[in-house]
Amino acid sequence: MTDISKSKYRNFDSDRSKYPVMENGKPVIDLDSHRFTKIWQGPQHPGVTGNMSVELIVSGDEIVDAKTHVGYLHRSFEKLMERRKYIQCFPIVCRICVPEPDTNEYCVSAAMEDLAGITVPEKAQWLRTLNLEMSRVGSFLMWLGGQANSLGMGAIGQWTIGMRDFWLDLFEEMTGGRVYHMYMIPGGVRKDLPDGFKGRARKLIIRTRRLLQDVENTFFYNTIIKSRLHDLGIITPDMVDEYGIVGPNARASGKGYDIRINNPYVKYDELDLKMITSTGSDAFARAEVRYRELHQSLDLISQILDRIPEEGNIQAKLPNVLHWKIPAGQTYVKAESTRGEHGFYMVSDGSEYPRRVFARGASYTHAITLLETLAVNISISDLAALMVSLHTCPPEIER
Amino acid sequence: MDQLFNRISRMIKLEGSTKQRDDLYFITVRKEQLELLLSHLKNYEGFTHLAFLQAVDYIENNEFQLTYMLYNYDNRVNLGIKVFIDRDKSEMTSIHKLWPHAWQYQRELHELFGIDFPGSPRVHESFVLEGWEEIPPMRRDFDTKAYTERTFYPRPGRFTKDPKEYMKEKLYGNFAESPEIRKNND
Repeated sequence: MTDISKSKYRNFDSDRSKYPVMENGKPVIDLDSHRFTKIWQGPQHPGVTGNMSVELIVSGDEIVDAKTHVGYLHRSFEKLMERRKYIQCFPIVCRICVPEPDTNEYCVSAAMEDLAGITVPEKAQWLRTLNLEMSRVGSFLMWLGGQANSLGMGAIGQWTIGMRDFWLDLFEEMTGGRVYHMYMIPGGVRKDLPDGFKGRARKLIIRTRRLLQDVENTFFYNTIIKSRLHDLGIITPDMVDEYGIVGPNARASGKGYDIRINNPYVKYDELDLKMITSTGSDAFARAEVRYRELHQSLDLISQILDRIPEEGNIQAKLPNVLHWKIPAGQTYVKAESTRGEHGFYMVSDGSEYPRRVFARGASYTHAITLLETLAVNISISDLAALMVSLHTCPPEIER
Repeated sequence: MDQLFNRISRMIKLEGSTKQRDDLYFITVRKEQLELLLSHLKNYEGFTHLAFLQAVDYIENNEFQLTYMLYNYDNRVNLGIKVFIDRDKSEMTSIHKLWPHAWQYQRELHELFGIDFPGSPRVHESFVLEGWEEIPPMRRDFDTKAYTERTFYPRPGRFTKDPKEYMKEKLYGNFAESPEIRKNND
């Protein structure tokens, strides 16, 4: 466990003369005193993840106060879904997260199946598992490039985004779409695997592993990366519940909470899957956890490819979906995205339209409360690395 | 879970409980007893993770339903706690002292549903809608279509042309009407 009192970023006992006076737990900032400067990082800034902005008060180059602002991306998906029939929700929900749309699709289909009492056929469940794991790989590759980019190491970003494109090719074969797939529908999936898909997927896994070896040598054994990520953004174990931290951020602090293991869905209970945790608690530990989970996802994909049944139904029988009335009730369905617990809370009132759909994204707490806390006391040049190491994704905050 | 419900019902009045799945239960409690129940569940029953806090608008009964979704890491069960509050005087006790990150859900509910949480930090700050002057948009009686027509000036739309005439004009211009062309055609 990292000793927080020795951390260079958490050492509050040092010279505090340049920091503002605290009153009722809040800093008193007088901009007219010329001791502090207000800077906006975002919404158009290479150092922020997506369309959000952080309002910073800096003293020299050290951040003394941070506030997250969102709303640049608000499209009100939840309100839109209240005025659409159940099947019309699918083109909307995948837009909630660009790098990883399949988790949304899975959660919405599973919520409808749970409310309507539909059982998904065996083969469709395997295909869903494959789709979810492939989207995790794509998202992790994008994150790995972003983390290296945020520290000024552009080459890794080009490698991993290039490799992600080959995974998008596989998605195109499997679903017909590269970025937004709309693959899962209530009762199953839309398509079966094309001929020769398994062979091409296995080749791509080998290719990705080869690339990851290069990434490991250049990124994880790099002195600069280590010195900048160590001790940055420490999440102590008692912060996990206070701030609602989930996913790799919580697992890097020693909290073993992975929904694929704790509450297994689709076919995860039949796969060989182990919880990956760390006690480093800082940004480097989070990077390591994500890197090991990327390898784990590749391993899971090869397991799934071996076990997908050749024959079988891929879709359960549904009523006419244009006049589909789901019985009244409410449910909460969650899945493990690369950022953590991703869930949908769906309320039906027995009509053809959902009464309320709520998307719970992991970034909701990570990018607002947690980021505002962790950003204080760090250098302004480390903020981009901190944001990427929390893996924040603004679309799931505003929905 | 039955034992848990027994223990809870000895403490407060349970208005109802449903089992949705093996790992998902819902209970309904009264508004005044919510804080007591939540602190008991957090401190003594192991429900330490607050997944979300959201509202559902039941306009026909003139009430909001608030859902507090908790999770227990030990027995791996989600427990949703439902509370009904009056829609006209929509006000609820803040739980930011139990879970510090709850303030942002409460700020969102204040902006999108108009539910007030007195004492919650930054609850009156704007979240995604800056300068919003209408009724809170996630309420069922907010008319999105009327709002759009009122706010955004209706555009006239595209005017259409006959493709044959348009292409003739674009390619030949006035040349097609010239006497030389007409003479050749004759």
